[in-house]
Amino acid sequence: MITPYLRRGMAAGLLAGLLAGLFAFFTGEPLLDQAIALEESAVHSHEEGAARSHEDDGEVFSRATQKVGLFFATGLSGVFIGGLFGLVYAYFRSRMAAGSEWTRSVSLAAVIFAGTVLIPFLKYPANPPAVGDPATIGTRTAAYLALVGFSLLAILAAWHASRYLRERCVVSTSVRQVVVGLGLIIAVSVLFVGLPAAADPGEFPAGLLWSFRLSSLGTQTVLWASLGAIFGLLGERAEARKMYGAPAANLAESGSP
Amino acid sequence: MERDSLERRISLGEMPLWSWLLSLLLLGMLFVLLSASGELLVPLLGQAAGLADYMHEFAHDGRHLLSVPCH
Repeated sequence: MITPYLRRGMAAGLLAGLLAGLFAFFTGEPLLDQAIALEESAVHSHEEGAARSHEDDGEVFSRATQKVGLFFATGLSGVFIGGLFGLVYAYFRSRMAAGSEWTRSVSLAAVIFAGTVLIPFLKYPANPPAVGDPATIGTRTAAYLALVGFSLLAILAAWHASRYLRERCVVSTSVRQVVVGLGLIIAVSVLFVGLPAAADPGEFPAGLLWSFRLSSLGTQTVLWASLGAIFGLLGERAEARKMYGAPAANLAESGSP
Repeated sequence: MERDSLERRISLGEMPLWSWLLSLLLLGMLFVLLSASGELLVPLLGQAAGLADYMHEFAHDGRHLLSVPCH
């Protein structure tokens, strides 16, 4: 009952990850190169200051290898994210108000995108190399992961509250949406105020920083939009096959008992 | 009938154990792929943490562009 969703999620995730990698390669890589050039010139002018970031990094893998690694990273994280998405989808599928595989898949992807990418990005936007003190990586990673977890929880709570109010018909749609929306805004505001401040980009050129962040947000939008769309299309296809009498080989895929 | 079994709500307890374990595994692998680095893991693993830097460096560009705090 769950396996077909898992498999579908991983397949959709791989494709989505590679598409995101393609987007990142064309929009993000030139910016990364500029940022690394800036970083290296800063390190050289400081002679051998405490800055031990990319100076020794460059020796492990060349920039060309790292560009191959980009596709490895986005593709493989696509598979992992897609697998998780498939499992979550199997659980939420029958609980969602949306009516078709396509709508359910796209809305679930949009909601998880908001929780894991969009909300965290507003507080902790992506940073190019050279921004952020390596000594604080531990606290920054912890704060980032906490924000991802808590904003997902906030969205889940909002969804539960909304469903509760709808099913009990206690209030009208407008009141329900205002109440749930306000609750979500308050929860996110508390998170933003409560968690430590984002890394200070210091002297880093603002234009390059903005372009980089835009490219990073775009990469993740491509990842989640394609994941939702491809997963939805695969779901529609499986439904259609089931409807018109599936060949034996596909029965297993559609998860019949 | 087949539809019914698919439309039926699966409760959290009914999600099989393997799906929970797999979720944890997937989250763990996502962490290793996108977040683990020598610098981050030294307090936990000591010397062995250096190995994580190979992953860190290879997945470096993806990490930055997927907006994970990198270094």
